[in-house]
Order: sequence, then structure tokens, then C-alpha cells
Amino acid sequence: MNDLLPVLAQQVINGLSLGSIYALIAIGYTMVYGIIGMINFAHGEIYMIGAYVGVVTITALGAASGAMPLALVLSGALIIAVVVTAAYGWTVERVAYRPLRGSPRLVPLISAIGMSIFLQNYVQLGQGARDISVPPLLPGNLFEIDVEGFPVSLSLTRALIIFATLALMIALTLYISRSRMGRACRACSQDMGMANLLGIDTNRVISFTFVVGAILAAVGGVLIGLSIGKINPFIGFVAGIKAFTAAVLGGIGSIPGAMLGGVLLGLTETFASAFLPTEYKDVVAFGLLVLILLFRPTGLLGTPDVEKV
Amino acid sequence: MSEPMLSFENVHTFYGKIEALKGVSLTVNRGEIVTLIGANGAGKTTLLMTLCGSPRAASGTIRFEGEDITQRETHLIMQGGIAVSPEGRRVFPGLSVLENLQMGGFFSDAERIEEDLERVFTLFPRLRERSAQRAGTMSGGEQQMLAIGRALMSRPRLLLLDEPSLGLAPLIIAQIFQIVQEIRDEGVTVFLVEQNAHRALALADRGYVIENGRIVMSDTGSALLANADIRKAYLGG
Repeated sequence: MNDLLPVLAQQVINGLSLGSIYALIAIGYTMVYGIIGMINFAHGEIYMIGAYVGVVTITALGAASGAMPLALVLSGALIIAVVVTAAYGWTVERVAYRPLRGSPRLVPLISAIGMSIFLQNYVQLGQGARDISVPPLLPGNLFEIDVEGFPVSLSLTRALIIFATLALMIALTLYISRSRMGRACRACSQDMGMANLLGIDTNRVISFTFVVGAILAAVGGVLIGLSIGKINPFIGFVAGIKAFTAAVLGGIGSIPGAMLGGVLLGLTETFASAFLPTEYKDVVAFGLLVLILLFRPTGLLGTPDVEKV
Repeated sequence: MSEPMLSFENVHTFYGKIEALKGVSLTVNRGEIVTLIGANGAGKTTLLMTLCGSPRAASGTIRFEGEDITQRETHLIMQGGIAVSPEGRRVFPGLSVLENLQMGGFFSDAERIEEDLERVFTLFPRLRERSAQRAGTMSGGEQQMLAIGRALMSRPRLLLLDEPSLGLAPLIIAQIFQIVQEIRDEGVTVFLVEQNAHRALALADRGYVIENGRIVMSDTGSALLANADIRKAYLGG
């Protein structure tokens, strides 16, 4: 009994940081789905590219001047990863989806799967298929406390993941609810044709959602690299499926839903692997998904399609 | 006489293989209220939407203020002085009334939006009371007012109205037609598509009758209202 509390506390920390990554990726799925009703299966690869750009930048900055301040290397890596990855996100939409606008729903879906395979192989060709290691930028713990004889720690990297995600989620929520562009996004997700009839260039709004999704995924990619210490061209696949699951769990199309779904999925997974054999963590995670969808088919925060009068 | 504000010259539009407009020609002059009446499926909405570029006309020419807009993209047409309150109103149900209106004035700066909001709220005091309410929870009449108000937010020179009376109580319809008159008196040209032929013809300066994708008659509103064929076909005897 007395060792349960520290285990729980530690798992909450681990689950929150994993869930934050899922949430960051899930936003991209949910925003794109909300606006054009398609699942962007290449989104996991966008996250993977974010991770690679981050590693390459960190290595380059670190090599250029060994004495560069840590904060500078880290923010430099984040900024470059965000910019480059956003360009990839924008291009994917431009090249693989926009020409197919108006075609049956299955067509862009296949194109998305093709794009996903292409990007995976493209990175393999450029960077090799093996793991590459990420220089440990933030070793050490923010704190380590002793709970009834057992240590509970929050590593600096995990703390960064949790706080960066929190800050981004707050910023995004404010932006979507208050700004002119955010309003246009919400309007387009409700009635794209009508937004067009108000003079809005809906293609620009669509591009915007791909760029926002890619920015958040890039941050997730850089941070996961720092946290795990190595990356490979295949990390986008599993993370993408998990984040997609998180988006569905929270209610696809809903931004707060993606946040909630991500955190919930992260916590479920870590708790399952703490108390059950590790192989069961995905069983529990997807079991939860099935269970929630049985009782709430639209996901936790999703709403059924609003009736158009 | 000067050049009309809007003109259709022999416009054909297809939905897939179905020819919905079969060579339509009409004109709307600055400052007029022009109405287009016709039965369900005659092509009224298609004509209006073809003007908006969605769907695009297959052949023929549409001119607005002297410029050929036939092949222009929808959002560029709608940025050029035309606004629409479409069939079914299509307010953004999850946005508040205020946000719907702000969407209408998407290209205005904050100061101009304030002015235009004031103007719309003066025309439709009900919208001011409801400004924080989600548009989807309002009554049909209120949604219609919002759809017209949203269209006015872009300061259009030509306002397109697609069946603003559909499904509304007579009292509300009278109110809305009264406001359409006021909007015209402020200098906005109005092109009104209606099934409620009686009211539309009574309000309009001129009217066109569309049947099966073709304009079959055009005259002043009062002449059409007095026409025996029109009375029989559209005004219930």
C-alpha cells in the first residue's frame, strides 16, 4: 500500500507528458478533419519530420559553437523545426490534397496514405533508416522528491513538454476563439461554401489549418526527440495512429476534444503499462476507445453534425 | 440609358449533365429592386448562384458594373461589391450572432465593422438583443434577419436575396420586405428571388419570370402582378 502513492504520482507525470505529445499531434488531425472532413494520414510523418529537423538543427548549432547557450540552441531548434515543418505541412496539402478537392472522399484518403509512405521513404533516403541519437540537451530533473521512501521525479525534458504543450493549447484556444482567422476557421468548418460566398478564400483557410497542425506536431517532434533520446523515420506511424485515436476519443473536429483525448490516452497507456504487463498498454488504450465510442459515438467532446436548415 | 449594373447574356449553366439554365438574359439597373419569380426547380437559385460563380456558367456572359465576372472565382466576385443572403439562410449555427456579422465584414477594419454593426442593428434591433446568442438557436425569422444583416456587413452595392420569405410567418415576412425596401432606399440595388410572387412583385420595380431554365416573361412589377397568366400560374388565380 505504502508504495502505491509514489507510483501513482510518477505515472501521472509520465502520462501527462506522453499525453501532451499525443495532444499536440491530435490537434492537426482534428483541425483538418473539422474543416475538410478528411483524415490527413500523412500527419504522423509531419511530426516525424519535425523531430528530424529538430535533431539536425540541434546537432548543427551544437557543432558550430560548443559554448552556445542551451536556451538558444533549444529555441533555435524549435523555431527552425516549426518553420520547416510548417512548410512541409503546407506543401503536402498543396500537392496531394488540393488538386483532389471535390473528388469522392476515398480519393484524398488514398493520396494521404501515399504521401505518408513517400515522406517516410524520403526521410529514410536522406537520413538513413536507423535510429539516430538526439544530443541530451536537458539532462537532470526539475525536482526529485521522496515519497515514503520512493523517489518521484519530473525530468526537465518532461516538464518542458508539459508546460510547452499547456502554453500552446492556451494560445491556440485563444487564437481560434478570438482572432479573425480563428473565426474564419470555425465558420469554414460549419459551412465552407457560405464562407466562400462571403468573399473568403477558403483555400487559404484550409492551408492555414495544415500549417497550424504542422507547427504543433513539429514542437511535439522536437520535444519527443529530446525526451527519448533517439528517433527514426518510423516514429510518425505509431504516434500518428495514437494521436488519431486521441482525436477520435475526444471527438474528431473538436480542438478541446483533441487536447482531452491526448492527455487521457497518455495517462491510460502509462497506467496500463505500470500495472499490467507492458504489452497490454495498447490493448487497454484501444479498449478504452471502443468503450467510449460505444456510449458516445461522437467522442467525449464531439457534437453530432449541426443540422443545416 | 446608361449601362445596367448587372447583366446576364445568354447564360447556360449545367449541374452535371442537366442543363439548369438554358440561355438566360436579364439586366438589373442601379437602384432597382428586381425580382425573379418561378416555381420550385425552375432555376431561380441556380441563376443566383451562377452569378456568384458557384456553379460557374458553362457559356454566356455575366457582367457586373461593366466587368465580365463569368469566369471569376467565387470569393473574388463576392469581394467586388456583391453580397448574398442564400437559400436556406445558411447562418453559421455555432457562431454567435455578432460573430456571424463579423464574418460578413471580414475584409473591413475594426472601425468600419463598428459602423456597419450599428447600421445592421438599427435595421434589425432584434439582432442587437441576440448578439451573444448562437445563431443556430434562433428562430427562422431571426436567422433570416441575420443572413441579410451579414450580407450588408460588406457594404454591397448589389444585394442578392434568395427566398427570404420561405417558411416564415406572414407578419415576419411583411417586416422583412419592409426592410428590403429600406435597404434599397439607402442606395443598395436588390435582386430578389422569390416563390412568394405576390409580395415580391408588389415590392419590385421590375420582375422576370423563369420557367424550366428560361426567362419567359419580363415587365414592371405592377404589370406582372396584373397579368392574367401570371395570376393564374403564380398567384393562385
